[in-house]
Amino acid sequence: MSLDVAALRAQFPILSKTVDGKPLVYLDNAATTQKPQAVIDALMDFYTGTNANVHRGAHHLSDEATRRYENARSSVASFINAGAREEVIWTSGTTEAINIVANGLGQLLSEGDEVMVTELEHHANLVTWQQACRRSGATLNVVPIFDSGELDVDAFDRLLSDNTKMVAFPHVSNALGTINPIKQLTQKAKAVGAWVLVDGAQGIAHGGVDVQDIGCDFYAFSGHKLFGPTGIGCLWGKKDVLEMWPVWQVGGEMIKDVTYHEATWGALPNRLEAGTPNIAGAIGMGAAVDWFSALDVQALHAHEQQLLAYATEQAQSLEGMRIIGTAPNKVGVLSFLLDGAHPADVGFILDRQGVAIRTGDNCAQPLMKRFGIPGTARASFSIYNTLEEVDSLFAALKKAKMMLA
Amino acid sequence: MQLPSSDDIIDDLAFFDDWEQRYQYIIDLGKSIPGLSEDAKTPERLVKGCQSSVWLVESYDGSKITFDVDSDAVIVQGLLALVLAAYNNQTPKDILAFDIDGYFEALDLERHITPTRGNGLRAIVGKIQELAKANA
Repeated sequence: MSLDVAALRAQFPILSKTVDGKPLVYLDNAATTQKPQAVIDALMDFYTGTNANVHRGAHHLSDEATRRYENARSSVASFINAGAREEVIWTSGTTEAINIVANGLGQLLSEGDEVMVTELEHHANLVTWQQACRRSGATLNVVPIFDSGELDVDAFDRLLSDNTKMVAFPHVSNALGTINPIKQLTQKAKAVGAWVLVDGAQGIAHGGVDVQDIGCDFYAFSGHKLFGPTGIGCLWGKKDVLEMWPVWQVGGEMIKDVTYHEATWGALPNRLEAGTPNIAGAIGMGAAVDWFSALDVQALHAHEQQLLAYATEQAQSLEGMRIIGTAPNKVGVLSFLLDGAHPADVGFILDRQGVAIRTGDNCAQPLMKRFGIPGTARASFSIYNTLEEVDSLFAALKKAKMMLA
Repeated sequence: MQLPSSDDIIDDLAFFDDWEQRYQYIIDLGKSIPGLSEDAKTPERLVKGCQSSVWLVESYDGSKITFDVDSDAVIVQGLLALVLAAYNNQTPKDILAFDIDGYFEALDLERHITPTRGNGLRAIVGKIQELAKANA
């Protein structure tokens, strides 16, 4: 089955928009993906037909809302091949998911313990652990990368020890596009008895995530980078680990018994989900996962790689363009600099031509510093982008070069 | 070089019929203001946006406030020149009375001054207004 990109695009209403009279060329997919009609409909249907609070069960609407909400959990669980549906904890996004784990970890660590991250981290998978270490007196080790943006696996091995309690790394680098060898890294970390968290924010939308096969303890991701709504995400964790993990927020929904002076915690997934959840968001994320699961992942992957290869080839032939992140194993992310032009200026000029990209530090200040640059311009491709849009990007870049040089 | 007045800039920009000429004008305007020496770009003077950095140095002679600014991005520098054209060498009272949002709307550049833009421009405007308030 090959990919019919035109038919795919037709499912995304926003892609037919114009900006300043020019067709929108949306190449900021690593920041957030656009939403297909199926997801928009799921949100609309929920609010028009079944809005009620969940798990209260005293009336028809609540039953229906609960059913849809829990079905969404099952959809997400099967999408990532979770061992059990209660291993899927709803969060507001990747950041909250990592915070739940890091906050709990802070209570489990003591002086002498070590936590490991990589130079590739987004702030969400760095500041969380850094602060957990500061609170507990543990040490944070940072695994270096090569100039290509590939992780130095030998250094990873050297930094691992019996003191390593947690190893956290991104599935895919948001700033550079590097795909990490997550299964291999997980095996190494598990061999010293560390917990492993994979920041899946940028990995999930490329399909084929199987948490049991990876072997990690936690996998965190967001709905909005997977064609779903903002404000919803998922912390997946192994059942036995989640069951013993210190609770995060406390309050309604997550308790078993409460007196004025004592409380006991409910079972998974509730024990890590305090308060009324983002019901519509979860249902929207379930719809996104159902929609995505019906596509041919191999064909999507091939299309995305074709876009990346085409863009990389054009970048290499454009004088003065320098690609930041040249790992052989990459998703459709092209981070770059134009000689003599600030990324912010490049972004302005592209914007005027209808081309939407990200510019700046990519929420990875230490990584930008490691490359000795203030930031990059970043074009990131999704399954609905076309080769013609890559051409539009480079036509716009040539104009930016002319105006800014 | 003397910056044109804010009214002149509104007229000038209205004259161009395509965006390239408008942005070229803004870039050129940015290049016409002196900027700051590297020594003057201290961390205290830095207003950091997540996309570009801006530095602001101000002085008040008892009646008027003057500013020097610099940015690492040329379009931001041009936008700063637009801000300076409105605010530089004015009394605190005039600064506070000036409708900066209306000015950027008249220039059709309001998207650059929305609080969500990471270029530090809004923060610079806020700083200038604060300074004017403190000396009003």
